[in-house]
Amino acid sequence: MPDWLIIGLRSLGIFALTLLVVRIMGKRQTSHLTFFDRITAIVIGVLAAATSLNLTNGLINGLAALAVWILLPIFLFWLALKYKTVRDILLGKETILINHGKVLEDKLKEVRFTPEDLLSHLRRNNAFKVADVEFAMLEPSGDVSVLLKKGNQPVTASTIGLQVNHESVPQTVMLDGVVMDEPLTAMGLNRNWLHTELEKAGVAPENVFIAQVDSLGQLYLDLFDDAAQVPQPKTKDLVYATLKKCQADCELYALGTKAASAKKNYSQCAAELDQIISELKPLLKR
Amino acid sequence: MTVAAQVKQTLASLKGTQATLEVFHRIEQDEANIKLLQNNSQRIHEIIERLENRVKILEFEEPQYKGL
Repeated sequence: MPDWLIIGLRSLGIFALTLLVVRIMGKRQTSHLTFFDRITAIVIGVLAAATSLNLTNGLINGLAALAVWILLPIFLFWLALKYKTVRDILLGKETILINHGKVLEDKLKEVRFTPEDLLSHLRRNNAFKVADVEFAMLEPSGDVSVLLKKGNQPVTASTIGLQVNHESVPQTVMLDGVVMDEPLTAMGLNRNWLHTELEKAGVAPENVFIAQVDSLGQLYLDLFDDAAQVPQPKTKDLVYATLKKCQADCELYALGTKAASAKKNYSQCAAELDQIISELKPLLKR
Repeated sequence: MTVAAQVKQTLASLKGTQATLEVFHRIEQDEANIKLLQNNSQRIHEIIERLENRVKILEFEEPQYKGL
């Protein structure tokens, strides 16, 4: 057999092996690499390359080295999962860089951070003013996590005391013009419903790129034909507006009538509708 | 437009809204939201009944405008 064929076959085998092994080693490797993870990855890569080019005096030698570098990290990570001390050594510990709004200089020195490094990391987290930062921490992966002071945090519904409705995930019911039956049934809907809704929107099923249904059964569409305007679902807004109109009507009738009992009746209706509106507002408007 | 006709219009709007809420109630999966929709649809139903009674009185008082 010619040399190139041997090397090719060997490369193929080792390629398959490394692919398999990397999958076994788990996902955390790719999500956030610590320094140790990076070293392992590089060594595995180099060993795979060396073995496939036969720089290791035989296939067995290369495979042995590869096995150690693959099995040892797996074993160590398994240990790390079990024991906190191993975890701290292997994965490193996080370091607090800013606490109570004050930069901890000795900690900076400890992790070899220049003030410029710190500022650049803070900027990457959209904190351009050090004064805005309450707390910053250097993660083992080398990223800096920043907690802004309460007053500088983005406004959420709960900070301004807004009642919001619990909304579940929208289901994707069509992709690339193909109806997905499983999400549809999960919503308790079927193809007939979808076709009716598409007809209401005046859209041919073949023209739909993405279609999503929210928890109230509103259909949001994106078409292949980008020039066409898709009507956005307005039912929720419409219901809200109609309720408001009816409430105003009732108040108007209450003012207009001269019969005392009718006046009372109308104002009670208006008050009741007002309550209904405030109860439904989180659902319909937010 | 007579008062009876106006009230009837409001009535129609309310009925439409109630129907939409019923549809939402059928599709919605979240327990709390289902309850909310059910309650409020029931309350709107009560208001509809009240207004219907009022329309009857109005039509009785002014039979010349009945059906307009």
